[in-house]
Amino acid sequence: MGPSKMFSSKGIILIFMLCAVRMAWAAGTPVTEQDIAPWNLDIDPLGRGLPNGHGTANEGAIVYETHCKSCHGKGGKSGHADELVGGIGSLATPNAERTVGSFWPYATTLFDYVRRAMPWGHPSTLTTDQIYAVCAWILAENGIISRDSEMNAISLPQVNMPNKNGFYVRPGTRP
Amino acid sequence: MSTPSRPSLTRRTVLRQAVVGGAVLAVPAQAAPLEVPRWTSEPGGPFQSYGQPSQWEASVSRSVALPYADIAPGIGTANTPLERLEGTITPNGLHFIRAHAGIPQVDPALHRLVIHGMVRQPLSFDAATLLNYPMVTRTCFIECAGNSYQHSLSQPRQMELGDVHGLFSTAQWTGVPLSVLLDEAGIDPRSNWLLVEGADAVALSRSLPVWKAVQDSFVALYQNGERLRPEQGYPMRLIVPGWQGNLHIKWLRRIKATDTPTHTRDETSRYSLLMPDGKAQEFPFAIPVKSLITRPSYGQVVPGPGQYWISGLAWSGGAPITRVEVSSDGGITWRVAQLDDVPKEYSPVRFRVSWAWNGNPATLMSRAVDASGAIQPSHKEWKKTFHPTNRFHCNAIQSWSVDSDGTIENVFV
Repeated sequence: MGPSKMFSSKGIILIFMLCAVRMAWAAGTPVTEQDIAPWNLDIDPLGRGLPNGHGTANEGAIVYETHCKSCHGKGGKSGHADELVGGIGSLATPNAERTVGSFWPYATTLFDYVRRAMPWGHPSTLTTDQIYAVCAWILAENGIISRDSEMNAISLPQVNMPNKNGFYVRPGTRP
Repeated sequence: MSTPSRPSLTRRTVLRQAVVGGAVLAVPAQAAPLEVPRWTSEPGGPFQSYGQPSQWEASVSRSVALPYADIAPGIGTANTPLERLEGTITPNGLHFIRAHAGIPQVDPALHRLVIHGMVRQPLSFDAATLLNYPMVTRTCFIECAGNSYQHSLSQPRQMELGDVHGLFSTAQWTGVPLSVLLDEAGIDPRSNWLLVEGADAVALSRSLPVWKAVQDSFVALYQNGERLRPEQGYPMRLIVPGWQGNLHIKWLRRIKATDTPTHTRDETSRYSLLMPDGKAQEFPFAIPVKSLITRPSYGQVVPGPGQYWISGLAWSGGAPITRVEVSSDGGITWRVAQLDDVPKEYSPVRFRVSWAWNGNPATLMSRAVDASGAIQPSHKEWKKTFHPTNRFHCNAIQSWSVDSDGTIENVFV
């Protein structure tokens, strides 16, 4: 009987499982969700993860002017960074403009991204209220919400984004 | 261009290669009495503790593009000079870089990877701990979903191959299977997705299906035998074999088990595929079948009529490559290329085909096919499939037009 028969694949799997049972390499340190909270930044389309706080477009105009305009331009257009405003209805035309207003399917992604990555070079320096406010400003500038609509953990996930039905998974692929 | 070691070439066609100012020139070897050079008549220099390439290979370097260098020098790309490399492995110093917030210098003593969310017990790991875990080694390519941006435009750009297609590299990666870590944390069977996140200053995040995570994804600690380079995610990165480069999260710090995808900015506003009707394909994870002729290519000169070897790379994120065909007449006739190795899943294969050039204008193209039956599309077919502004997943056939003077142009056929 050759070595390949002596150690059948089932046998090898069994050996691995026994090792696992002995926790030979199970050396992760237990932590709590509370420990992880400072890194737990993601927000899904249902709004899970949104913190308490609030802001309106009127408040957000100041935040935008101070922290965003130098890269994203006046009115969220024509800066050297991504365009945030405009292009709604343009996606099926040859000059499709992919902005937050025209392309992004969920308003929650805006809060998530601003908090984790913006302002450029100084991420996570805006207060929660400032983030809600600047999200509100970008949404209002796109005409998606009114200037006095308050964005908070309840209202932000309910924002009706123009391109919310614009994404699909290619048939035959397994996402 | 030449391959002097090929036994089938006659002595007359053996060419000597010289790299001058970025252009590859080839001149016939001259018959002359042999001299005894300095390096044979006297001892060489001392040893280096970390070796560097020959001083005569200084042109083999990445081209770095930082579009916002003034205000954001950490946003940009560094392209692998594919036209100056052979085989399939990318040396670590030449692996392409795409970073969204610079290259952090992460102290491994302070870095942590946490696994939490829908798990029995949230866990934290440092690199030293993971180094004692069971590991796998796998040769995988990584291709940026936005690679070949220049090739996705409506007019061809006259740029070297690496500048057009060089957000593509291959390494032998070694690390800990995600399945081992998810098992240890006790992932909830109802969790279908993972939110995976980096420790850079945009905390870059993506959603990854659990099935792919446990099938063959791993937390890489080593790149071609040495610990990861900082620009490749030191001390740990994700490898998701065959899938969009952006999913291979560098400086991996967090994995959260979730029930649904998170729809992060980098999987909606980026790395999704806009279609002609204005709808976008989300989660187009697998890199499509693709091949490139690396030699001869733009910037190189074919020195004159004669016998040459065309050399290139083929890969697919969907299935192993089964065939590569090469045309020298602009796609009218195709010949099956020989492959350097048996194609493996997620690893590129080097192909070669001999080419007798009579000195007339010629158009060189390569076309790859994978085991799923996917065939690399023509430029026209690729453009027609997507919205004209789509710049992602461009796997259209690359064509090189060789003029009668031996100069090479990038053309769309």
